[in-house]
Amino acid sequence: MTPFQLVKPEELAYLLPELILVGTLIWSLLLELILRPRQSRFPVAGFTLLGLLAAAVADLRLLGEPARTLFSGMIVRDDFAIIFQLLAAFAAGLVVFASIWTREVSDQPTAGQGEYYLLILGATIGMFFLVAAQNLLMLYLSMELLSLPSYLLVAWPKRSRPATEAGIKYVVYGAGASCAMIYGISLLYGLSGSLELHDLNAYVAGLSDQTALPVATFLVALLLTLAGFLFKIAAFPLFQWAPDVYQGAPTPITAFLAVGSKAAGMGALLRFLYLGLCVRGSADLFTALGGLHWPMLIAVISALTMTAGNLIALAQTNAKRLLAYSSIAHAGYILMGIPLLSVAGLTAVIFYLAVYLVMNLGAFLSVIMLENQGLPPEIKNYRGLGARSPAIAIAFSVFLFSLTGIPPLGGFIGKFYLFAALIQGRLYWLAVVGVLNSVVSLYYYANIVRRMFLEKPLDETPVPASPMLRGLLAVLALITLALGLYWIPLYQLVEFAASTLGL
Amino acid sequence: MLNVGLNHFLFLAAALFSIGVIGVLTRRNALVIFMCIELMLNAANLAFIAFSYYLNDVTGQGFVFMSMVVAASEVAVGLAIILSLFRNKETVNVDDIRIMKW
Repeated sequence: MTPFQLVKPEELAYLLPELILVGTLIWSLLLELILRPRQSRFPVAGFTLLGLLAAAVADLRLLGEPARTLFSGMIVRDDFAIIFQLLAAFAAGLVVFASIWTREVSDQPTAGQGEYYLLILGATIGMFFLVAAQNLLMLYLSMELLSLPSYLLVAWPKRSRPATEAGIKYVVYGAGASCAMIYGISLLYGLSGSLELHDLNAYVAGLSDQTALPVATFLVALLLTLAGFLFKIAAFPLFQWAPDVYQGAPTPITAFLAVGSKAAGMGALLRFLYLGLCVRGSADLFTALGGLHWPMLIAVISALTMTAGNLIALAQTNAKRLLAYSSIAHAGYILMGIPLLSVAGLTAVIFYLAVYLVMNLGAFLSVIMLENQGLPPEIKNYRGLGARSPAIAIAFSVFLFSLTGIPPLGGFIGKFYLFAALIQGRLYWLAVVGVLNSVVSLYYYANIVRRMFLEKPLDETPVPASPMLRGLLAVLALITLALGLYWIPLYQLVEFAASTLGL
Repeated sequence: MLNVGLNHFLFLAAALFSIGVIGVLTRRNALVIFMCIELMLNAANLAFIAFSYYLNDVTGQGFVFMSMVVAASEVAVGLAIILSLFRNKETVNVDDIRIMKW
């Protein structure tokens, strides 16, 4: 037996992005302690932004290198992981930037404003490891590393009742889902004798020769493990927490959960399904698992998720809650590409995630800017906004139309690739469900736009906004528009990354 | 002499897990819900240890050490949030948490 070597020094060079983030976390903690509480907001936030930027640059430098497994197969650094890490860094960076100017966050009487940014950084480190994990232990630990700071961030405004309620709902649901997941992992470990996804795959390949008992146990274990992922991405049947948590949490954190947490969970789910469960059969097809054809299971979950999200969204009067249901519906759209088991499907999934990140962050940023000016996120408050603050109203409309999938915006291109991949993969019924859902979603998105532009405002006073957030909003709106007109570079990058997962 | 095998441990783990799930679904006190979640976690830990012993493989034991640390931090976070809930509402009953409804 070869002696067990914990860390090979040369492997650390490939862990540079994560190391930078951990270093930033430690130094900003010290910074937070040195500075007086009231002063710590700008330095810590700025330092966090720098660290995220440095990590993204380090990630970009590793892009294109052949995949390497590190630390005895615990994590893998391939382009698939890097693209998701870049998305995570982008989302975290924007949320940190927006938080600096969010009144809901900066007005908190909490002793240390810096803590807030530390927690975001901690969750980001969790995302970085989550999308690179190749071992169930690493997967579980990084998912917890993402969850624990998220619980605290949701409940961060200590005096706010909705926030603490959202926090307790999130932590109870989350802990329950993670318990189901770890119990499922324990059964998977018992069956396959290892925590490696590759060994799990080998076990699945031999599953058709097994008797009924191991197959049944495997199905139970699989469903329990999936529960953890479905919770993270807020998919059917584990989405009930999302509306309450999204509504009660501070809006930047809502945006962070809706895009960052969801993207990272989706990345981990993709790797778990494709690496752990995909078995190529004799006819170069992916074989079914025992009696269960898991791609079909994901397809059904996808259809139910988007239908539930869209139908309940129709009845919402609170903008944050509406965006929560819309993000559930989008989890459904994104899941559509997974059962195809093709590079085209995977590319469409990642591409849509990237576009979704930009447009959803933009929509939440609009809500933040209006909240800053004393307009609570009730849709009736947005009446006549087109006259009071045309800039915000136009940008908000761009994001909402992009979320619907109307050309020439980024959301349309993302949906186009998803549906094209579905047609190519002959999954017609799911494509039909997806199109019908997009039509339904037009109603509630357009309703906000109608209120902003076609109804008379309550009072004519213009709504001011901080120049920083104005600039960020303009940049996000331009990216959304640009992705609808010239998306080829992003698509090629994503396609390249998708091909490294070995489909 | 009773012969205790892997199946006994697994049945115990499954029973513990089910008790935990039922507790989470039926209890209304946030603290008790957390205790039930701990029960579910320990069911998984027990299954890990049993598998680890019968597979002659230390990986499972390693996992349990990690998951105990995670459980401890999860409880710390959960209790902190329950505490701030209590300060705001003077209750730890989850039925009273209903500002937000669909």
